[in-house]
Amino acid sequence: MPSILLNPRASSVPRWLIPAERAVAGIEALFDRAFGSAENPLHQLGALSFYLFWIVAASGIYVYAFFDTSVAGAYRSVEALTHQQWYLGGVMRSLHRYGSDAFVLTMAAHLLREFVKGRWHGFRWFSWLTGVPLIWLVYASGLGGYWLVWDELAQFSVIATAEWLDWLPIFGEPIVHNFIGRGATTDRFFSLLIFLHIGIPLLLLLLMWIHIYRLSHARTNPTRQLGLAVFAALLLLSLFKPALSGGPANLDAVSSALDLDWIYMFAHPLMYLRSPGFLWVATAGFTLLLALLPLLPRPRPEPKAEVDLDHCNGCSRCFDDCPYVAITMVPRSDGAPHLRQAQVDPELCASCGICAGACPSSTPFRTQAQLKTGIDLPRNSVQALRAKLEAALEELAGAAPVVVFGCDHAVPVTALCATNTACISLPCAGMLPPSFVDYALRNGADGVLVTGCGAGNCNFRLGNQWLVERLEGKREPRLRPAVDRERVRVEWFDRHQGAELSGALAQFRAALPARPLAPEGREMFWKERRKTEEPGRDESSD
Amino acid sequence: MKTVLRYLAQAVLYGAFFAFVGYFSTSPRFEHLRPDEALIRISFSHAAQRVGECRERSDEELAKLAPNMRLRTVCPRERAPVLLEIDMDGKPLYKLTAQPTGLQKDGQSTVYRRLTVKSGQRHFAARLSDHSSGVIGYTKEFSIDLAPGKVMVLDFNAAQGGFIIHQG
Ligand code: HEM
Ligand code: SF4
Ligand code: SF4
Repeated sequence: MPSILLNPRASSVPRWLIPAERAVAGIEALFDRAFGSAENPLHQLGALSFYLFWIVAASGIYVYAFFDTSVAGAYRSVEALTHQQWYLGGVMRSLHRYGSDAFVLTMAAHLLREFVKGRWHGFRWFSWLTGVPLIWLVYASGLGGYWLVWDELAQFSVIATAEWLDWLPIFGEPIVHNFIGRGATTDRFFSLLIFLHIGIPLLLLLLMWIHIYRLSHARTNPTRQLGLAVFAALLLLSLFKPALSGGPANLDAVSSALDLDWIYMFAHPLMYLRSPGFLWVATAGFTLLLALLPLLPRPRPEPKAEVDLDHCNGCSRCFDDCPYVAITMVPRSDGAPHLRQAQVDPELCASCGICAGACPSSTPFRTQAQLKTGIDLPRNSVQALRAKLEAALEELAGAAPVVVFGCDHAVPVTALCATNTACISLPCAGMLPPSFVDYALRNGADGVLVTGCGAGNCNFRLGNQWLVERLEGKREPRLRPAVDRERVRVEWFDRHQGAELSGALAQFRAALPARPLAPEGREMFWKERRKTEEPGRDESSD
Repeated sequence: MKTVLRYLAQAVLYGAFFAFVGYFSTSPRFEHLRPDEALIRISFSHAAQRVGECRERSDEELAKLAPNMRLRTVCPRERAPVLLEIDMDGKPLYKLTAQPTGLQKDGQSTVYRRLTVKSGQRHFAARLSDHSSGVIGYTKEFSIDLAPGKVMVLDFNAAQGGFIIHQG
């Protein structure tokens, strides 16, 4: 069993959740083995839910085209579609059903994963809170779909739902009266159902959009491989076990046994086992519990990113890279000749430092004693990073010395510290300005290894993606082209992969080309350097 | 070899997920009623009688009211609760008091209950009171063959003379 370490400094997971977090991380590790981090479905559950929504929407449009909106026609039209057109209409119907079922499961898994990772408070409260009503809308959409078929199951579910709603003392005439006895249901009821079954999913889509509104570059598409595989599996299931109707609804009888869709309808048996009141307490209680989670006491948030106008030229790189839309570009307020300046909304800021990694002013080659940059984390400043790096470089000795930059949320890199390995942990790998890599290589390191959360699993969503693009020269700020790429390595590992990281480091070191600057030479270099340093430069300031 | 194993593991995980979806979308079967049970739904809305008697206002009382309010007869708005009792085969099966709706208790009383009973030939006696004195105003006795899985609906409509039975 791989050891899964949780870095207490960076974790948003409250103590009582840590066992659950570890259990889920263990399952993720298993999936990582099978899929690799980048393809791991557990790293794209939100995206997968979006994808399933589109499958359900597309197949639903097809099925709707053949649906007869009337008491007499509803059941008949669905049956005709299922049997006369099994190869297309039937498959579409099955995709519609199984896609909806899978949607519930990916949503539930997404919820559970965000929950055990403690992602409900602070800057994440918005994503969390807007997720809660999605559960209700998904269920309302799915149940409404089952009712349209107007078979025994539909009848059962409609009446159970009506009985449940009637428990609320708000309806003058009990709704359930509409479904009792022959001739009680009308064509108008079906028009209403159709209206709801189109309207509620549209509302769902709107809310899904709001759900990701405060995330930039939200991942709403799964990887191609995962998307194809999921579609293929849905198709196989549809052919292997086509979705069928039960007997036609008959309000004069009840079916003693029903083939229930437990994923959507588990609440009906629960209600009959206990009572409508019980089900209300359970559902409302669960919803309230989720909605109130953000109010739980939580660790004091890290201080938020701050802009220093003297070092901001309004280039908007930080704006482009911030994963949580916490930065806006506003008109210049200090009379400087630039058009705009960055502005941070502390409410939205995650203190990830990705913006500091994006800022052109974050370069350690600047000669100020105090390295100032355009946007910075008060508690993890680039000045502190440079000081740490310089101290580490000075200590480095032995053969093929390497600087490892890691992430507080991934494998703790401190385990790697050695005489020939400097280890520096950042709030997010995406905070590392590429110039720091250059700086390390020019000042004594033979190689630089950057590591962080598994691909597609960045705790701050975009950090590892931006870092790779910057190092590969595809994104500003770019790593200087002259830097010897053989001396730079990026390795993403999730928290459980401590051993893999050590292995990768050893391999990287072994492959490093010999360097003209031997260890003694390095010693000299630092002595020289200290002599030439401008007076007043304070190395120890933090 | 390693890739083959990985693809195999992926296939197993996809398989497990979609087997779960396929299975729980229709199974296990839910036994809503036992094979020897039938269902009775009691379902109606009824406006019971007013709690008090109507009363004539005296001339002095009328004079005190605004001219547009001078109605001689005043009736209390509150209605009595509806009392319902059902016996099956001579034994009490169900008893209920349904309060009128509305803040002033002036609305209809609505009743909805589902009862499961053993199927077979059954004899029912239903009694209803909609008067504050509790006096039984409506009764009905009937025998019916409740086949398994059948639903009997016990409705009530005062305008149509009282209890109405529907059976499929
Ligand atoms: C219809 C169902 C849902 C869909 C389609 C959905 C989709 C998504 C997507 C696409 C993301 C962005 C992922 C990324 O780019 O990093 C996301 C993030 C998130 N979702 Fe959902 N979601 C759903 C339901 C929920 C529910 C029920 C909750 C919890 C109550 C929830 C909580 C969150 C949180 C906290 C994040 C932010 C993650 C972060 O900040 O890193 N979601 N969701
Ligand atoms: S620290 Fe992260 S969340 Fe905050 S402004 Fe910078 S990039 Fe955005
Ligand atoms: S990246 Fe730096 S210079 Fe550019 S807008 Fe942001 S703070 Fe200003």
